[in-house]
Amino acid sequence: MANNHYDAIVVGSGISGGWAAKELTQKGLKVLLLERGRNIEHITDYQNADKEAWDYPHRNRATQEMKAKYPVLSRDYLLEEATLGMWADEQETPYVEEKRFDWFRGYHVGGRSLLWGRQTYRWSQTDFEANAKEGIAVDWPIRYQDVAPWYDYVERFAGISGSKEGLDILPDGEFLPPIPLNCVEEDVARRLKDRFKGTRHLINSRCANITQELPDQDRTRCQFRNKCRLGCPFGGYFSTQSSTLPAAVATGNLTLRPFSIVKEILYDKDKKKARGVEIIDAETNMTYEYTADIIFLNASTLNSTWVLMNSATDVWEGGLGSSSGELGHNVMDHHFRMGATGEVEGFDEFYFKGRRPAGFYIPRFRNIGDEKRKYLRGFGYQGSASRSRWEREIAEMNIGADYKDALTEPGGWTIGMTAFGEMLPYHENRVKLDQNKKDKWGLPVLSMNVELKQNELDMREDMVNDAVEMFEAVGIKNVKPTRGSYAPGMGIHEMGTARMGRDPKSSVLNGNNQVWDAPNVFVTDGACMTSAACVNPSLTYMALTARAADFAVSELKKGNL
Amino acid sequence: MNRRELLRLITVATGISLVGADVAFSLDKAAAAKPDQLFTPEDIRFLDEVAETIIPRTSTPGAKDAEVGAFMAVYAADCYTEDQKKLFHSAISQIEDSSQEKHKKPFLSLTAKEREDVILALDKKARAEQTPTNPQAFTLVKQLTLFGFFTSKIGATEVLVYDEIPGEYETCVPYKKGTPAWGTA
Repeated sequence: MANNHYDAIVVGSGISGGWAAKELTQKGLKVLLLERGRNIEHITDYQNADKEAWDYPHRNRATQEMKAKYPVLSRDYLLEEATLGMWADEQETPYVEEKRFDWFRGYHVGGRSLLWGRQTYRWSQTDFEANAKEGIAVDWPIRYQDVAPWYDYVERFAGISGSKEGLDILPDGEFLPPIPLNCVEEDVARRLKDRFKGTRHLINSRCANITQELPDQDRTRCQFRNKCRLGCPFGGYFSTQSSTLPAAVATGNLTLRPFSIVKEILYDKDKKKARGVEIIDAETNMTYEYTADIIFLNASTLNSTWVLMNSATDVWEGGLGSSSGELGHNVMDHHFRMGATGEVEGFDEFYFKGRRPAGFYIPRFRNIGDEKRKYLRGFGYQGSASRSRWEREIAEMNIGADYKDALTEPGGWTIGMTAFGEMLPYHENRVKLDQNKKDKWGLPVLSMNVELKQNELDMREDMVNDAVEMFEAVGIKNVKPTRGSYAPGMGIHEMGTARMGRDPKSSVLNGNNQVWDAPNVFVTDGACMTSAACVNPSLTYMALTARAADFAVSELKKGNL
Repeated sequence: MNRRELLRLITVATGISLVGADVAFSLDKAAAAKPDQLFTPEDIRFLDEVAETIIPRTSTPGAKDAEVGAFMAVYAADCYTEDQKKLFHSAISQIEDSSQEKHKKPFLSLTAKEREDVILALDKKARAEQTPTNPQAFTLVKQLTLFGFFTSKIGATEVLVYDEIPGEYETCVPYKKGTPAWGTA
């Protein structure tokens, strides 16, 4: 039994779990990092990292067999030969859709940190204050200044490229040099600033691709191959494998256990705190108990909540943290795929070199200051300009040598962008356990009931109309609105279900990410979010995790946990 | 391009999305057929010649050099639904029938010019009749020819230009008309 006790257990090895493991081990704690899936070793296990389309039998397209095996993934662009096996097995780990919910999960060491979009933006004071000012859901128990030093801290280590812009709505950070805009985007940025008198800005993407070497982490610069999702042999972007995991391993304090499905947190009724976890070995189906002084739950938003719901059910029927009535509720995502495309004239004598893993960003400009749209909150745009290739239509040419020559040349410049919109936290948007359906290991599965409501639907109209208006205002030709379909989950920004708050009666976690009902359990992934803002959330998970880890260790040392 | 960018469906220069690569909101029955049952070596040779008529060898390699016929057979067998497979297969007889009708000869016996006439006529007809949800048989052949050619190693590296490890993103390099596009995105 002696081997089964650790100072801390971290559940999940994705973006936030990797940070928890790094912070806790570096502060001297002996940490057990549990991951439900297989291990993936940095570099050596990136099997497809150097492959191109022609190296795959179907040139990286999904086969009917793949679609049958991954019916959820096949709803969107994610199903491809290159990342096959990097997404959760849908046959082994089903879930119930009371309403359509696209759940894209990475069950392996590193989780979705290997697959993520790498866009990294700070929240602003506006975001932290919004719920309180508008009377929506509950107030965040923290403000921008509580998180700002932790944003600094995680940005410096993760390596975030970006440009300082001095905008209140999108605070600047500790940036490496930005990945550059191309000449068309620079031109559009100038025109946009001029036409909208400095109220709208087209800026460089801020992203977790490094533009300078990080020798301490043995990471080379981004090589502009645009193959991030395959794992980067250069360590060109932040992932658990490239960044936090090696740092945790280097302390000598980390034990990583893959194939470990955490079944429940073991709750000590007398001490009113957790004493450990019970896991199922995914390969052998054997169960094991591990004990620890503190537990960090970083299993990804909905799975962290699943663990809570499955824990301490003899005390609370709805599970650990359910006494508030909010566990599993207030599911959020970012709704998107609304925007515009167009053609840009006057740059045919210019091309670009390199495949950029980023583009441009237009920060939120709606409902700022005194503006009151018919909906609350706002959205930001992500997009890029580039020259089309052989996929384009060529009028009046059909076959033969001239046709081949024409298709071989780059086409004209095109530009496109899509908005990511904030989704409000609604109590009735919830997940729950379905005891009638079981996964491969006999565990109950999640049942999803989430939908967009009028606020989001109204916002979506602006998301399209503003894109068209801006493109037309800056002289882009043949502007077309984009109205893509969206279902909750598709944004892969699941948030909420164990929200932070100021009152145990209306929130699951306090301002330090402690479960009110078990103060030695910390939830610091997307489950903790009290509102969603409109910016990509991962950077905030990193900052909140580092902050909570610092607090946890100091409390532990004081004997308070 | 990053993965969060606008979802760009591949239109493959035929006016409609690449059939078989479209995002599926409903699940089609899994394909059980084996490639070798679907396409004979003769079929593949035939498809190679059709593809070569669309993308001929010039000063650079053409469709046959890139073995586009064999790729089409694999893609159609594994990525198409049963209905799409039937439709694709019917293009072979359609081309053959058209050849007999116009020139009283099998397609493979036609001169390069005669082949162009046959394929051009079919291409124009398919373009006129197709809709995004109702692709024509020939459209499938043309899509897979273009997709198969430009994503092949020969197409992407010897016809287009391949830069394996760019190292930098250069935002604004001079472009001279006639220079090939980048082979990968």
